[in-house]
Amino acid sequence: MTGVIQRFSSLLHGRPWLALLLLLIPPLLWMGIIYIGSLLNLLIYSFYSLDDFTGQVKYEPTLSTLQQLFTSSSNVDIVQRTVFMSIAVTVACAVIAFPIAYFMAFHTKGNSKAFWILLVLLPLWSSYLVRVYAWKLLLAKEGIISWFFDTLGIRFVLDWILTLPVIGGFSLSSSYLGMFLVFVYVWLPYMILPIQASLERVPKSLLQASSDLGAKPNQTFWKILLPLTVPGIAAGSIFTFSLTLGDYIIPGVVGAPGFFIGQMVYTQQGTAGNIPLAAAFSLVPIVIIGLYLAFAKKLGAFDAL
Amino acid sequence: MTQHLTSNAVLLESVSCTFGTPTKTVKAVDNVSLEIKEGEFFSLLGPSGSGKTTCLRLIGGFERPSSGSIRLFGTDASRLPPFLRELNTVFQDYALFPHMTVAENVAYALMVRGVNKTERTKRALEMLESVKLGGFGSRRPAQLSGGQRQRVALARALVNRPRILLLDEPLGALDLKLREEMQIELKALQRELGITFIYVTHDQGEALSMSDRVAVFNHGKIEQLDAPKVLYDAPKTEFVARFVGSANILDGALIGQAGLFALRPENIQVMPLQSASKLQGELIDIHFLGAQTRLEVQVGSTRIAALQSGETPLQRGQQVSLIWQDSHLRQLEVRA
Repeated sequence: MTGVIQRFSSLLHGRPWLALLLLLIPPLLWMGIIYIGSLLNLLIYSFYSLDDFTGQVKYEPTLSTLQQLFTSSSNVDIVQRTVFMSIAVTVACAVIAFPIAYFMAFHTKGNSKAFWILLVLLPLWSSYLVRVYAWKLLLAKEGIISWFFDTLGIRFVLDWILTLPVIGGFSLSSSYLGMFLVFVYVWLPYMILPIQASLERVPKSLLQASSDLGAKPNQTFWKILLPLTVPGIAAGSIFTFSLTLGDYIIPGVVGAPGFFIGQMVYTQQGTAGNIPLAAAFSLVPIVIIGLYLAFAKKLGAFDAL
Repeated sequence: MTQHLTSNAVLLESVSCTFGTPTKTVKAVDNVSLEIKEGEFFSLLGPSGSGKTTCLRLIGGFERPSSGSIRLFGTDASRLPPFLRELNTVFQDYALFPHMTVAENVAYALMVRGVNKTERTKRALEMLESVKLGGFGSRRPAQLSGGQRQRVALARALVNRPRILLLDEPLGALDLKLREEMQIELKALQRELGITFIYVTHDQGEALSMSDRVAVFNHGKIEQLDAPKVLYDAPKTEFVARFVGSANILDGALIGQAGLFALRPENIQVMPLQSASKLQGELIDIHFLGAQTRLEVQVGSTRIAALQSGETPLQRGQQVSLIWQDSHLRQLEVRA
């Protein structure tokens, strides 16, 4: 037995590519066949169409399914609604996450850093569904947020916010504002951690050098710190943006009626049995993320990587 | 000294700086007072952890003193942030901005002060020219060698014509030959610009060869502050004697005197055994160093090193006599 092992290890010795290949075969099979293969298969479906009469998929290449995304106004609404929500959630997450990440990167160390990372990750330990339903209660007409506004005697502020067009509604839990709050809460850790990691990589001496050369703190932020953390912000925004684009639970539980892309995919491939349209909808986030990455690269977001 | 020195560039009065967690505190700088004159090349010399870098960072404004005051050109600067101080720093790791070109790095101090683009680019390119990096302006710092980065850091710190330049072990990352070249260049630059250089180093040779005056740090305190020649010829403490050059530390009892004494190896002659000698011992080792030979002599429990020019006719294991002039013997302060 040892002889076999020895012969095997001497076979690998001096052939690092062979060891690498052996290690990579399982993940390559997984990524190549199961992941990318099935994704491509799904996308191919968006070039098929559904026979309205039989309800069967017609396996003939056509652009008619993809055209439905642009021709049917309800489909256009769904895409617009989802994209706007994703942008709003991403911007809000970035704005909220940056100071938290900054604090974690520059003002904590050792145990206190571990403690803060734990605090950021702690919500992820409990089920996503539980947290979303908990938010439904928090945001409800009789929920704790309303109670809080009542107690402070500023109920009229909440009522006024809810009368605003588009973001308002009957209560927070049935408004886009409420849905936005839940999205921001749920995806915030995915923005904090990449930003924190990129802040950790900025040598403190660069900030000191900037100040030494006469830059006021706001100049140091805009000219040095922010440009160097753009890759982290870009990484975090890809998470929050794509997670919001594809989510189908939160829009179903909280917020105003009106489908999101994720719900549309879910419904079309399930009850409606319209896999081609579901595939067409699932193409939208892929295209948008692809465009976003190209745009970010063009702006130089990844130059510092 | 090259010019008439009038006022104080830096004045530290009883400055302490304490770092620490609630459970443990470290006094990095312990009650240090010193004055650095305008136009002086001043070095802070000491081993790592001796407080020399913290002292420099206090002058630069990156640390705040726990007690005591710091004056720059006569005005109190103890609580002034770095961007309000009339000085610039060359950092140990150079701290070049990786997302900017070399020229943008050099022009940074002008940019944050609102100098227009044409003017600042012109001055940055001139500055690069003067550190022999003309033509490198459009490169990124990552595309430069260590020595080139060091020059960029220097150009960046000098572009706004500071009155004081702080240098935190700027040559530490360079190889020996480059380091020696840069020492000569830095000294020439300082003479030409006439501004105050405050230089942190753990390399005693560097400090001795470049400085007008040197403060030797140990455990957060200044052991001795003197001109390089005085430091070498008349060390006050055992630490200074050992750290600046090498020295034999002799217990007075060995030579029939009271106290502790330092004797430089090059001031000891090793001769074949003779009666007129001050000390006798066994020659236990001979190291040929090229221009010099280093002899190790065991006298009782003390090992004494001597340096002689050229080779020696003596043999290992031979009994020898040690001879020196009493004027070379330095009595040291004995500290508790």
